[in-house]
Amino acid sequence: MGWLTGIPAWFADPANWRGEAGVPTLFLQHLGYSAAALGLACLVALPVGVWLGHTGRGGVLAQQVGNAGRAVPVLALLGVLLLVPGFGRTWWTLILCLTLFAIPPILTNAYTGLREVDRGVVDAARGMGMSEGEVLRRVELPLATPLLMNGVRQAAVQVVATTSIAALFAFGGLGRIITRATGSAGIDLSAALAGTLLIAAFALVVEYGLAWAGHRADPVARARRTAQRRAVTTS
Amino acid sequence: MADGERAVRVALLDAVEPDGAAGGSVPAVPLTAAAPHLLSVGSLSGGVHTATLPDNCLVRNDWICPLYVQTRADVLLEAVEQHLYLVLVSLLAGALLAVPLAVLAHRVRRARGLTLGVTTAIYTIPSLALFILLVPMTGLTSTTVVIALALYSLTILVRNILVGLDGVDPEVRDAAAGMGLSSWRTLWRVEAPLALPAAMAGLRVAAVSTVALATVGAVIGNGGLGNLITSGYSSNFNAQVLTASVLCVVLAVAFDLLLLGAQRLATPWRRGVR
Repeated sequence: MGWLTGIPAWFADPANWRGEAGVPTLFLQHLGYSAAALGLACLVALPVGVWLGHTGRGGVLAQQVGNAGRAVPVLALLGVLLLVPGFGRTWWTLILCLTLFAIPPILTNAYTGLREVDRGVVDAARGMGMSEGEVLRRVELPLATPLLMNGVRQAAVQVVATTSIAALFAFGGLGRIITRATGSAGIDLSAALAGTLLIAAFALVVEYGLAWAGHRADPVARARRTAQRRAVTTS
Repeated sequence: MADGERAVRVALLDAVEPDGAAGGSVPAVPLTAAAPHLLSVGSLSGGVHTATLPDNCLVRNDWICPLYVQTRADVLLEAVEQHLYLVLVSLLAGALLAVPLAVLAHRVRRARGLTLGVTTAIYTIPSLALFILLVPMTGLTSTTVVIALALYSLTILVRNILVGLDGVDPEVRDAAAGMGLSSWRTLWRVEAPLALPAAMAGLRVAAVSTVALATVGAVIGNGGLGNLITSGYSSNFNAQVLTASVLCVVLAVAFDLLLLGAQRLATPWRRGVR
């Protein structure tokens, strides 16, 4: 059980908090890679998914992208890309790979979200004389917000997980703490578990943080909250 | 270069792909790690010196190399075997646990929130972390990987089975009750068949993602084909990385198609629907 007492000792050791291999640096790397990839994926996948969903075209494409994203192992794509001359072990190869894995959930959810908006509501909006842009902006997007945010949240959690796997290829990020502690010589369990706790905590904060943000951002839920508050104050 | 790895490259590889060395974008490889696959080729031909190496796809470090598949068939087979073992056992364990959990969550309101909450939390933990988290209990074994993978597939399956059970028309349930079926017989005769398509869809997703996730088991030396990818990467062995990667995708697609076939067989009444 020495490994158990070793965990607080690992966290207490100032050497683990300083410099290139310190927790703050690794965390910032992890955050940086993840945020960059998530941002890029949103830039690409949100407009495409929203457009496909709005027009109702390319449903098969949206589904297939999601399936392909699950079938290709991160380890496989990253391993191959890193060895291809021209890509190599550079930060942008990693970000490209992370982005590719973040696109499917965002795209699929955006498509589904737009498609699941009640057609009657959309027709009513058109009947009221709204232009296509207005229908999209004022009717479809607000109603699709929960699923849009759901996709972004799934992608964010996926990116955080994928970034930690990148440490198997000697990239930075919190996964480095684990891969540094494991090797052919065996495993430094305390250090590995310390890294595990940090990664798990990071992922859980991202998941629940974005779930909360998604709930706050949902215009329908917000309107309901406001109505409730009004009802309470008037009664 | 990260972690003080020295950028020692095999001279032979430099000579073959001179553009690769430029710009420092090619991974740093310790000579000891880069040597193995070349050495074994050398020993096949009776000499270790680079000068006597024959000109074949292994020596050229080609991506596609039939000679690699030929000479390393046993290693590949062993990796595929472990991969299949990891996927099959974890899927089976996940499914065996998911069915009662989903039925419980469907019938007991409080169990629903708890089940969904706990499984979602587990699913959120990245695979690299979950594998390590289990090491104190089961060590650096394939059992550790199986348990983690089973937990992930459990989450996918519980959610999908619940979707299926929730989707059963309440009137159908009423009709079953009206016909005098007990609650368990309703579950078995009415709800289970109606929920089967959603459950099978979940099983397909779980199988495909388990095939992919199993590779990460390489962090504790039990990743099936993932072991070949990481070791191939660290020794700059293109053929091994690509072959193992392609095999992973092939396995995933094969699982998906097999389960699709099973789903068609198990739900004959849906044939023609889609």
